[in-house]
Amino acid sequence: MNKMIDEQELHNDQAPGVKAWLRSGDPLIWLNGAAVSVCVIAVVGLLLLLAVRGLSHFWPADVLAVTVSYQGQSRELLGEVVEEVEVSGGQLREAGFELQGSGPFFQRTLLKQGNRDFLGTDFTWLIDEQFGARRFPADLLVVERLEWGNFYGYLRGVNRLGEAPITVAEQGEATTLAALQTLIADTVAVREEIDHIEQGAIGTINYDLERLRLRERGLELEGRLDALAQAELASERAELELRFRELQDQLYVLYDSIKDHSYSAELADGRVVTLPIAKVVRAYQPNAMNVPAKMAMYGKRLWEFLSQPPREANTEGGIFPAMFGTVLMVILMSIIVTPFGVVAAVYLREYASQGFVTRTIRVAVNNLAGVPSIVYGVFGLGFFVYFVGGELDQLFFPASLPRPTFGTPGLMWASLTLALLTLPVVIVATEEGLARIPSTVREGSLALGATRAETLWRVVLPMASPAMMTGLILAVARAAGEVAPLMLVGVVKLAPTLPLDANYPYLHLDQKFMHLGFHIYDVGFQSPNVEAARPLVYATAFLLVVIIALLNLTAVSLRNRLRERYKSLEH
Amino acid sequence: MQTHALDIQALKRDQTRSASPAAPAATSLRMENLNLFYNQRSQALFDINLEIPRQRVTAFIGPSGCGKSSLLRCINRMNDLVDGCRIEGRLLLDDEDIYDRRVDVAALRRRVGMVFQKPNPFPKSIYENVAYGLRIQGINKKRVLDEVVERSLRAAALWDEVKDRLHESALSLSGGQQQRLVIARTIAVEPEVLLLDEPASALDPISTLKIEELIYELKARYTIVIVTHNMQQAARVSDMTAFMYMGKLIEYDDTDTLFTNPEQKQTEDYITGRYG
Repeated sequence: MNKMIDEQELHNDQAPGVKAWLRSGDPLIWLNGAAVSVCVIAVVGLLLLLAVRGLSHFWPADVLAVTVSYQGQSRELLGEVVEEVEVSGGQLREAGFELQGSGPFFQRTLLKQGNRDFLGTDFTWLIDEQFGARRFPADLLVVERLEWGNFYGYLRGVNRLGEAPITVAEQGEATTLAALQTLIADTVAVREEIDHIEQGAIGTINYDLERLRLRERGLELEGRLDALAQAELASERAELELRFRELQDQLYVLYDSIKDHSYSAELADGRVVTLPIAKVVRAYQPNAMNVPAKMAMYGKRLWEFLSQPPREANTEGGIFPAMFGTVLMVILMSIIVTPFGVVAAVYLREYASQGFVTRTIRVAVNNLAGVPSIVYGVFGLGFFVYFVGGELDQLFFPASLPRPTFGTPGLMWASLTLALLTLPVVIVATEEGLARIPSTVREGSLALGATRAETLWRVVLPMASPAMMTGLILAVARAAGEVAPLMLVGVVKLAPTLPLDANYPYLHLDQKFMHLGFHIYDVGFQSPNVEAARPLVYATAFLLVVIIALLNLTAVSLRNRLRERYKSLEH
Repeated sequence: MQTHALDIQALKRDQTRSASPAAPAATSLRMENLNLFYNQRSQALFDINLEIPRQRVTAFIGPSGCGKSSLLRCINRMNDLVDGCRIEGRLLLDDEDIYDRRVDVAALRRRVGMVFQKPNPFPKSIYENVAYGLRIQGINKKRVLDEVVERSLRAAALWDEVKDRLHESALSLSGGQQQRLVIARTIAVEPEVLLLDEPASALDPISTLKIEELIYELKARYTIVIVTHNMQQAARVSDMTAFMYMGKLIEYDDTDTLFTNPEQKQTEDYITGRYG
């Protein structure tokens, strides 16, 4: 009805019509809607960009074979098309390219040609007009390797140690490829065994040896290192070393068993090279694969990304340690910050008299939330690491000095620093929750003969628990994405072991750890091979967002359950 | 004004129901020159002298802000929670001054239970609401708790309505049921005195009736003090009535006498609806 009248007015007389339209509030509604749309587009766009750029990296793309001719010379190239852009001709001519075409814009292609060990660079920019016919030969082989990046070429033969070589020329392509796959599977199995021994048994022996050394040093410091103790230590050490040598012999045998397997392949330029199987992760022919096979391969590669440690200066492999470190640190931070924040909030709201001092404290706490995070990092380094950690080392770990145990950045200090950083959020949220609890409920409990502490414990705190969860959610969201302070207090580019393992005391709070946020920075800006690392930056960023979202969703669902149980008494 | 007018005949009929037993009741609570200050300047109660009989219902009536709730909250020391609150005079429960320094407030509140204007069940199950007072006292034996919960809920006339859903949230009950649950919770700790602060003002007429019937039954075992805005209610449920005005006790007498033959002009004006 109103709308119709407004429209009529709009037609009859322009000025009052506009005025009426403004008065009707419609412009404000449109403005609000537009603001919300922009927000939604921004968030969805961000996620889409990260997901598409990051997750497409794991798709086994078709490999292009092409003849590139330039200035009368031509060469064969193989590779995956990574990116295609249009560049203006002027720009290219300025850069010294001779162009045949006339158009103002020229298509350029970024080709991942791999074979860094033979070609020097594994990425190359090409101008499309130099391309001959594009071919996708089915027998083109892609080999993922532990070193030197991907290999692209045509399989020519497989050479298993102690057996007659199988070649494509003699046995045919199918047989050779099958032999290659079997050999790779066997080698990977041996490599896993080697990893298992190195990480598991030898790791434990090293750990025990270190503890033995610390015990010796400890006894020496206490002046109780007599002949008897020395003999005991020596015998234990001898035993460990004996076991170590046994394992090492076992390792040598394993290494020897795979080191001489090889495969030979033809490069694009016709060279035939022989390469070791021991460095191969997997081999496949993407141009011959159908969609389901590619999807299976995609799943495998994605899983590898999630479950494996990185290799090749973080430009290849997975990010499992970073994921693990991030989650573990956030959990530790939550365990520290929640009780602290809640206790502080309870005191401020329930016990402290509401006067000038309380108000000042509250303002100070709120302001702490605005302090830049790097400042907390500096504080953590100066106070926690150097002062507290140094004192702890003097008191409890004198044996390992001068090598610091806690007097160096590590998991505990990182968690504590972030706990300090997120403390204001938890305090403020909990205080608000406490303030919202109706006084009638407290009085009801007191009137039944409960003391203030009993009332607090049995009625008030349970009812405030959803608010505490809200605080924790905000804290987790902030802590999981924090990078700057962590660089000072415990995060490293590559940590050799996880901070949680099977060696006593299982959780190693003194160890340095990896973190997704820092990993993004490291891979994105500190990487020796920028093009290779770029998709990993997107994938890692996407994963970080997903992990934070998952942590938040867990906390939110927990809070909703609590809210349902302690829903307010208002009807 | 019509709503405040009192139908004396109806009142008379109601009074026959709660006719007091012949034997004079012993005193449960005695107030001697009780003064209450909320801060330096504002005094809420002036020289209250009052004797409240055991196992009777005593009603405090009076206009809003006359101090009847403040007086009620003195009896279980709920006013202690108010910052800057100060009391002068004596308040004796069984000849023992409850404002003595040696008195354990929590123990006192177990002896003097209180039901508030708005139902305030805890966000726990029905069972846990009733068991709360016992658990506070460290009683956790399931057999004892089961027994007390059932007895209290029966005493509060709620058992039949909730016996099949004892472990559901107390917040799922209706307002009237919640108020009876709060009464059950209060009598579960076996108090001597029951303070009711306008217990039916937030309830519908049927729930109000149920609460009044409950009060009538409970007075066999407890000394009940009730604050009410509703004079018909005071007339229906109470044996003694105190009329207060501006923090002073104006008149205190048998409910019958006070409503039919008040001594003070102010009382008469109030109960006939001339002001208030």
